[in-house]
Amino acid sequence: MSYYFVIISPTDSPLFEHTFGTSKAGGDGVARFRNGETSRYMNQFIVHASLDVVEEVQWLNNNMYLKHIDTYPPTNSHISCFLAGTNVRFLLLHQPSTAPTTSSSNRSSTISSTSVPHNPTSPQTEEAIKQFMNEVFEIWVKTLMSPFYRIGMHIKSPIFRQRVSAAGRKWL
Amino acid sequence: MSGPSNVPPSFSDRVSGTGPQQLLHSRHPVQNQNSSSSTGLRLPSNKKTIYDRNLNRSRNAELGRASFAFLFMEMVSYAQNRVKGIQELEKRLNEQGHPLGLKLLDLLLYRSTPAGSSSSSSSAQAARPLRVLPLLTLLTTKLYPLLFSRPADSLEQSTTNPGEYMIIDNTPLTNQFISVPKDMSQLSCAAFVAGIIEGVCDGAGFESRVTSHNHATDVWPNRTVFLVKFENHVLERERELERAGIK
Repeated sequence: MSYYFVIISPTDSPLFEHTFGTSKAGGDGVARFRNGETSRYMNQFIVHASLDVVEEVQWLNNNMYLKHIDTYPPTNSHISCFLAGTNVRFLLLHQPSTAPTTSSSNRSSTISSTSVPHNPTSPQTEEAIKQFMNEVFEIWVKTLMSPFYRIGMHIKSPIFRQRVSAAGRKWL
Repeated sequence: MSGPSNVPPSFSDRVSGTGPQQLLHSRHPVQNQNSSSSTGLRLPSNKKTIYDRNLNRSRNAELGRASFAFLFMEMVSYAQNRVKGIQELEKRLNEQGHPLGLKLLDLLLYRSTPAGSSSSSSSAQAARPLRVLPLLTLLTTKLYPLLFSRPADSLEQSTTNPGEYMIIDNTPLTNQFISVPKDMSQLSCAAFVAGIIEGVCDGAGFESRVTSHNHATDVWPNRTVFLVKFENHVLERERELERAGIK
């Protein structure tokens, strides 16, 4: 599974971006997106397109974690969303590493059909992403508590990045 | 960054980020370097950043009233020296409180999660306020205790205007040590608190104007009313959500 995580400000500009791969099930933590080089801008595009869905869901559901909200079938990308208090959105695009197979008897899908790296919509994945989002939210609140940070500023702290990638390694 | 030809050597060592070795000679002779130093980040001497602090450590900590009064007095006089009238002064205090409210909203939500209430994480989740009433309860029963260690004294709805609510504080901390001159009797320094409230409302997606007004009674000479006036589109959404049956 490859991941693209982005924090989007209330005015829809990205504040923080992080790309990483799974570390579970022997993953090396390197993202391998199906769409190769174009993924750098395609991921941004797909994630921003899902903001419309976020706006539809956010007033119907008072949870902070909105779960899996959108899919982009051409690259088999799935988007999960977490809403922080000030309408700051944490969006995670995840793309399973194996191509979706039509036959359910395929060997790889029977081995790991429920494990996090392969099945983007299983309850286990939802739970893992939720734990990841909660951990990032805690780091985000710590960032906010810095008197030098204002909402809408880019997050440049290398420690923030370290913490986010540590959370990614831990849960995803 | 990496064009050191006309830059003094010690400076270029620092900005070009050429690694811990050069940093060791140029700036921090004894400190043990770690990877983040090469990015130009300077850590405090105890190596603890804001990310190492527990968010609940100051949960029950209180600030001395005198130190708050001193800082707030400076804020008011700073603002007063730069404005022409009372309204402008209140606006300025309001603007100083607003960013604080935006930040406190996330802290409030964090502290209502299981992780934030210092127990181990479970499946329960914090709820974002979607309707006006949960938002106002959040203000009076969560924000107020966070700021002043007590809930607000009362919450009322305006009988004439549907989009107006009043949060009433009998003894606002901001007005406690401030004696307002007679010719400025309209001034309410609680405009700062109004700004914080407005920040929380705006952050939660309930755009509003919050103003503070003196409504002294015989028993409570400092009694202050915070008038929360929601924008029309917030009220429209409120009606929509009511029809959809969302709480």
